[in-house]
Amino acid sequence: MSETDVMQKVVTILTPYAKNPEALAQVALSTHILEDLKVNSARLVDVVLAFEDEFGIEIADDDVDAVNTVGDAVRLISAKLS
Amino acid sequence: MNRRVVVTGIGVVAPNGIGAAAFESALREGRSGVRLVPALRELGFGCLVAGVPEGAERRAEAIFDADQLLAMNSNHRFACLAAVEAWEDAGLRRPANDEDAVDWAAGAVLGTGIGGMDTIGERVVPLTDAGKLRRLGSTAVEQVMASGISARVAGLLALGNQVTTNSSACSTGTEAIAEGLERIRSGRAERMLCGGSEGASPYTWAGFDAMRVMTRASNDAPERASRPMSASAAGFVPAAGAGVLLLESLGSALERGATIRAEVLGGAVNCGGHRGGGSMTAPNPDGVRRCIRAALGDARIEPRAVDAINGHLTATGADPREIGSWAAALERSPATFPPITSTKSLIGHALGAAGGIESVASVLMLQGGFVHPSINCEDVHADIAAFAASIPHELRVMPDMRVIIKAGFGFGDVNACVVLRKWER
Repeated sequence: MSETDVMQKVVTILTPYAKNPEALAQVALSTHILEDLKVNSARLVDVVLAFEDEFGIEIADDDVDAVNTVGDAVRLISAKLS
Repeated sequence: MNRRVVVTGIGVVAPNGIGAAAFESALREGRSGVRLVPALRELGFGCLVAGVPEGAERRAEAIFDADQLLAMNSNHRFACLAAVEAWEDAGLRRPANDEDAVDWAAGAVLGTGIGGMDTIGERVVPLTDAGKLRRLGSTAVEQVMASGISARVAGLLALGNQVTTNSSACSTGTEAIAEGLERIRSGRAERMLCGGSEGASPYTWAGFDAMRVMTRASNDAPERASRPMSASAAGFVPAAGAGVLLLESLGSALERGATIRAEVLGGAVNCGGHRGGGSMTAPNPDGVRRCIRAALGDARIEPRAVDAINGHLTATGADPREIGSWAAALERSPATFPPITSTKSLIGHALGAAGGIESVASVLMLQGGFVHPSINCEDVHADIAAFAASIPHELRVMPDMRVIIKAGFGFGDVNACVVLRKWER
């Protein structure tokens, strides 16, 4: 799966949680999930579960701690897939 | 401080109508919301009928955003729909999510009897038992914590006053109104969303079915299953939904130019102490009478001023004793007994939501000058035959009705009663 495909799926998963539609409309790899998209930090565990389900991977808690931007998520998922 | 308190908004999610307008039509027509629930047969229930609001999910999806919907079980959806309707019915604006202003003078007492059993039964227990608790994600706690419903509403409406969830079994919704009344009267709040909510789940109803307090006699005729005051009453019909009143200080209502639907004259709550015939599952009649009398005293009206009763009346063997308690507390003979109706005859027993939904019905009846039909008791119970003339089998038009009294009596021997009056300056 290309990074572009992963990015698309990550954004789809983040969409219902994002409270800032403007930032979502201009989403890029550098977009910060909490600060820009205004995702409630408590919901990150739900986002991670959705990543696991969508891509058929397992994400350890330590890996989650290193995810701040959309790009972090895309790179983490792509690495797990390869 | 002892300020007057009025109702400026109502919201309802009932088995026979979602929204005040649909609910009022159903009340006037005596339309039942009780239906066959096939899933109950597969689960081995004796009672296969229930009153479940239809279309609440679609309604919730239309007015709440994706993030809000993520953590809403049926109890949350019902409570939020009714609370937002009551808020907007009062002419208040629902704030946007990114507005920072908080209404520090507005709060909520929104109760529930059992709570988020669908979330517990479908997710928390199975996933925990399977060693997959991580799969619960972040949304389990807020759906199973008892205060989840009032907390959710506070977030939708930016409430900044007391926000709490009371729980007193089947008197919950009525108790919430009595509590909110006190808070506004005493000057600690200007606006309180008060009422009750109950989700729709077999897990909520299973224990009642095991106790054999739910009817098994009308599975082939759902609309005839809920039979309060009837000789053939065979237990209650489980139900779900929510009913919420927006209580407001008279001063605030007048200042805003709000439309006033009714005045809350008084309220009372008590417990029979599980003595004198009372128990975990039965009311002490002395407690019931004292609660009704205390509500009248709080309202500063004489018993003879009561024009109509919306009873607790669940369609169990307790109905005739309840009528006796009303007669004693209101000092009425069968000849002078006022019209008495059971909203549960139309929707079943919505447990923690019952008092909220039935109080909305009471406000609508006061405003509209009618008492809705109490259906399915053509065969009035022999013990209350003398009171038969007070039971409206058809819509009873009462343009001069000024005072209606509503009570709820719950497991735990707890009682709640409120007195509502037609609004007059």
